[in-house]
Amino acid sequence: MRQLIPFSIFIILIIFFAIGLTKDPRLIPSPLVGEPLPVRQLDELRTAETTLLTSNLIGSSFILNVWASWCAACLEEHHLLMELATQDAIPIVGLNYKDTRQDALKWLYKNGDPYLQTWFDPTGEFGMELGVYGVPETFFVDRTGTIRHKHIGPLDRINIAKAIDILNAEQNSSL
Amino acid sequence: MKILAFLIFGMVIGDVNGQTFLVDEKTFTDGSNQLRYDTLMEELRCLVCQNQSLADSSAGLAQDLRKKVVAMIEDGSDDQEIKDYMVQRYGEFILYRPRLNYSTIMLWFGPFILLVVAIGIVVRIIRSSQPSHTNQEVSSEKKIHHDGEHS
Repeated sequence: MRQLIPFSIFIILIIFFAIGLTKDPRLIPSPLVGEPLPVRQLDELRTAETTLLTSNLIGSSFILNVWASWCAACLEEHHLLMELATQDAIPIVGLNYKDTRQDALKWLYKNGDPYLQTWFDPTGEFGMELGVYGVPETFFVDRTGTIRHKHIGPLDRINIAKAIDILNAEQNSSL
Repeated sequence: MKILAFLIFGMVIGDVNGQTFLVDEKTFTDGSNQLRYDTLMEELRCLVCQNQSLADSSAGLAQDLRKKVVAMIEDGSDDQEIKDYMVQRYGEFILYRPRLNYSTIMLWFGPFILLVVAIGIVVRIIRSSQPSHTNQEVSSEKKIHHDGEHS
């Protein structure tokens, strides 16, 4: 019986380590989940003279997708955003992060434009407000303008569906 | 679970003290501001290259965060305000020296708890091996005494 104690400690440690290995240390939980989306005035990427308040969509939930033309992983998730845009399920807003207008527009022209609005953040200042540390990152914002979920890295079908469920659940509970 | 992963991570990063020189390194005219800046740079983690502090990293985000720290120091923010600003956006993770709160309690006290447990185990092992030793001594002493009485 006594000999079993070190062995069972060993097994417990192994279980801890095994679970630890499945976690990605790059995924840092955002303190902004549950907080309102910061309100700033930003340029619209596609129409240079238009500025938008980041609160202009309050009243409907939306997806805020942070992307850049220099970001390879953004291309990976792009077809899913295109698909989602055609379904008209939820508005998708782009935040073009630390990019040039020319490169960004070229990228949208080439790969398709799923965005209802694209906020232009060439300095990354608004990105910093959102705690963006690597693109792509995607925020799911409910209709009160509260961030409900943040996804880091390229989206896939499963996590899009999950995040939309989170938004819908919030909405139903607040009704 | 997260706490344990954090603990292990903390053990791994340990004290990495690589000093590198950066192109955009900031020099302040005010010596105390310089000291504050240098200290903050060592205490804030670069989130892109996680085992580097802001002082070490040349990643784009680290540059932006350095600029932000400079701007905040020049605007007269104190160290706490700067750290709060970072934590509000990037979470506790950005601090190399995590604050003491509910989720970091194991991180701060876990090692001491383990130490106490380990000492307890060592003490128990020593105690469990000693009694047989002293019993023998006592019995041999008794024997001598006994023999002495008889002679």
